[in-house]
Amino acid sequence: MKIVVLVKQVPRAACDISFTPESNLERTGKRFRLNGADECAVDQALRIAPWRRDMEITAVTMGPPAAEEALRRAMVLGADNGIHVCDARLSGSDALSTARVLAAVLRRVEFDLVLCGAGTSDSGMSAVPAMVAELLDVPALCHADTVTLHEHRLEVRRGDGAVRETLAADLPAVVSVRECCGAPRYPRFGATVSAREKPVRTWSLADIGMNGARVGLAGAATRVRAVTVQPRPRRVLAGEPSDVAARLADFLAERQFL
Amino acid sequence: MRELDPVLVLAELTDGVVSRSTRALLTLARRFGTPEVVLCGPAGDDTLSVLGRYGAPIVRTLWGPGVEEHPTAACVEALVALAVRTPPAAILLPADHAGHEIAARVAIRLDAGLISDAIDVRPDDSGLVATQSPPGGTHRVESTVVRGVPVCTVRTEAVPLVPAPVTARARPFALDLPPHARAVRLVERTAVAPGQRPDLATAAVVVAGGRGVGSQDLFDLVGELADELGGALGGSHTATELGWCPRHAQIDQTGCVIHPDLYLALGISGSVRHRAAVPDAGAIVAVDRDPAAPIFTIADLGVVGDLRDVVPELLAEVRRRKSRPHTEV
Ligand SMILES: Cc1cc2nc3c(=O)[nH]c(=O)nc-3n(C[C@H](O)[C@H](O)[C@@H](O)COP(=O)(O)OP(=O)(O)OC[C@H]3O[C@@H](n4cnc5c(N)ncnc54)[C@H](O)[C@@H]3O)c2cc1C
Ligand SMILES: Nc1ncnc2c1ncn2[C@@H]1O[C@H](COP(=O)(O)O)[C@@H](O)[C@H]1O
Repeated sequence: MKIVVLVKQVPRAACDISFTPESNLERTGKRFRLNGADECAVDQALRIAPWRRDMEITAVTMGPPAAEEALRRAMVLGADNGIHVCDARLSGSDALSTARVLAAVLRRVEFDLVLCGAGTSDSGMSAVPAMVAELLDVPALCHADTVTLHEHRLEVRRGDGAVRETLAADLPAVVSVRECCGAPRYPRFGATVSAREKPVRTWSLADIGMNGARVGLAGAATRVRAVTVQPRPRRVLAGEPSDVAARLADFLAERQFL
Repeated sequence: MRELDPVLVLAELTDGVVSRSTRALLTLARRFGTPEVVLCGPAGDDTLSVLGRYGAPIVRTLWGPGVEEHPTAACVEALVALAVRTPPAAILLPADHAGHEIAARVAIRLDAGLISDAIDVRPDDSGLVATQSPPGGTHRVESTVVRGVPVCTVRTEAVPLVPAPVTARARPFALDLPPHARAVRLVERTAVAPGQRPDLATAAVVVAGGRGVGSQDLFDLVGELADELGGALGGSHTATELGWCPRHAQIDQTGCVIHPDLYLALGISGSVRHRAAVPDAGAIVAVDRDPAAPIFTIADLGVVGDLRDVVPELLAEVRRRKSRPHTEV
């Protein structure tokens, strides 16, 4: 069985986001990590692995040269190998282009299951997994809290507050998992060292048969027009408990929680 | 703005009632043209009357074999078919799980730009301008769509509702779902029973206490507050150490990571590990005695005060407001 895990590198601190003059995410001087939900996606692949023969877990990322670190981390967590799509023309890609690139990779490798994070901590559109599934014309099970694989049938459970659902689909399929599907287990002793030896293939746009017209800033269907710094309006109150309680309740009512 | 342009709005019912987000989307949609609602399933008189009050003359009610079992696919097929037939000024969807997935698929099918989690959308000569608030809340981003019909998911919490009554008519929209649209099957759907506390990890509202709560008795009161708000109850590392709250309800990086729309942190100083476990809450409210508690650095609203006073007062206030007859805007 072949599982592909889509992984993205994000700024280490969720709140530490800034932009370049071209309105891209600022990368210089920042520390990065593998997106939390993507770590869980790798872990889900590992949980499935013992039950299958000829298991191969491939981590795939699209990003600048430094994004290879995200692949290494995925391999420390247990992926067998990695594919890094890296091409200067990809800079400034929107969700549509990102999904097209990842789908093009998936058309070139075999897969039974594609695991993704449900969303990322930087831009977090929760769009790429469903887009990839749509492009590949395979079922998508998004925002899973638990994933169970039967012989050829996948089952996920998910919920958002008021309802809980169980959904099923046949393989091949795309599944996106939330961070609460279970924290990844601690890497095995020596995993960091052995991950250095696992193979990473670096592919350009030409390697995946794309010409660059539909990617990057030039091919984006959305355009960032302005970025403004906006300190989160923080309010701190103090005073009589009854007064404070009333103002707290006002806030809850304003935001429709009451 | 061209009055006659349709603006497709994906509507949702919660417990059979038109949800607030739908009413907010309709309010926004009217800035671009005439809202045209897509609703998965039939619309009763109450539903039509609310949709009409917010300015939607046409309600496309989706029906056909498989529509009920495959709601996501049905919405995708309907939105795509309608958008191809008469290109709308925009397609607006709620920024929840279903909305994100439907929007993503529609954007691919129409090869149209997708903007997600907008907190505001307005028309201008380039079409649609959306304001987004990336995580951390330190920036505002203004984006436009430069290819295709703008597809946009909107976080509507802060959008004020403005009615503009018209008469809404249901127009049944028959769908013949293609086989690939039936690939995902709904095995089971259960409403989380009211009164039953939701899962911490998936709850829309989380109320949590820390050392500052001070006693088991007050912690139980915090639990009552969680129940009143229909939320889950959690605790800081210290609160679980002290035995006030079970281990599995511990909110921190190694315990449970939460993603609520509202997080109410009571007597929790907000260690790095704790703050990391609340990466993307919609709104954070913190109450703590210490004005220098780090939790205030991530709070939208902070209260410096003693929990022994604030918790009982807040609980009483919440109960008072809930007992008042509900008035709709
Ligand atoms: C502040 C901001 C706002 C933006 N707004 C928009 C917008 O409105 N419209 C738009 O089209 N684009 C927008 N973008 C760009 C867009 O977020 C990225 O281009 C796109 O790559 C989607 O990333 P995501 O993190 O949102 O994906 P999500 O859909 O949140 O990611 C879900 C999962 O998909 C997989 N995945 C995502 N990206 C990659 C990757 N590069 N490599 C491998 N796997 C991946 C991972 O498994 C991930 O967990 C914005 C970017 C920023 C910084
Ligand atoms: N009676 C109280 N009312 C409000 N906050 C308190 C009270 N007692 C302690 N605290 C705060 O509770 C927090 C507990 O911190 P910690 O155990 O580190 O999560 C600290 O920030 C204290 O300032």
